[in-house]
Amino acid sequence: MTKRARPLSPHIQIYKMPFTAVLSISHRITGVVMAVGTLVLAYWLVSAAYGPDAYATAQAVLGSVPGRLLLFGWSVALFYHLCNGIRHMFWDAGMGFEIRDAVKSGYITVGAALALTILAWAIGV
Amino acid sequence: MGSDVKLRSALGRARGLGSAREGVGHFYAQRATAIGMIPLSLWFVISVIGLTHADYATLLDWVGQPLNATLLSLTVLTAMYHAQLGVEVVIADYVHGETLKFTLLTASTMAAFLLGAVMVVSILKVAVGV
Repeated sequence: MTKRARPLSPHIQIYKMPFTAVLSISHRITGVVMAVGTLVLAYWLVSAAYGPDAYATAQAVLGSVPGRLLLFGWSVALFYHLCNGIRHMFWDAGMGFEIRDAVKSGYITVGAALALTILAWAIGV
Repeated sequence: MGSDVKLRSALGRARGLGSAREGVGHFYAQRATAIGMIPLSLWFVISVIGLTHADYATLLDWVGQPLNATLLSLTVLTAMYHAQLGVEVVIADYVHGETLKFTLLTASTMAAFLLGAVMVVSILKVAVGV
């Protein structure tokens, strides 16, 4: 009997996720990151409510290097989730289900998210 | 009379479908809040960029404008609703123990309501300035 290449189920330790699968799980990860990241927004707003001193402290904390890194990560999550969310809406409308289209819209999503992040920080700094 | 005559109305048959018996309610709410978040999040980012180096007086001035306070509250509430729906799905998909799943679902929903309340009260406090 000749040996034939049979399809195998993914071997979990060496499985390379397809590009579209990486984008899919990234949508969930960025969503959860932002849900937790709402605590930062709450901290900023509560500080503002507590008065000038608390607000000045919050501005200093968020303006520090770790603070800015946190905000940068938060902005990346926001723009990625926003762009990929729009991609999801096209799917909800029944468009772009072919693998080739899904890969293409994936590249557009990543490109748009990067562009928006760079734009926001270019204006903001 | 054919045997395929249906006595139940179309609405009666559509209600309560799905594994959670809630029809398309969750799906619809997630999309509706997502659509709302597109303009709100862009407005929010542009506003925050404008407030990067704002001192306290500038902030009071900005939040004190009713339109800004309204949009800020709307952003916060829509975001918390959308986040609660999203986290709910993530927990339902990845947490398998019934007790832990129930606890996390309850806690995340409570956290969303709590954060929403805290942020709206803070916005109003700054806006009204009592």
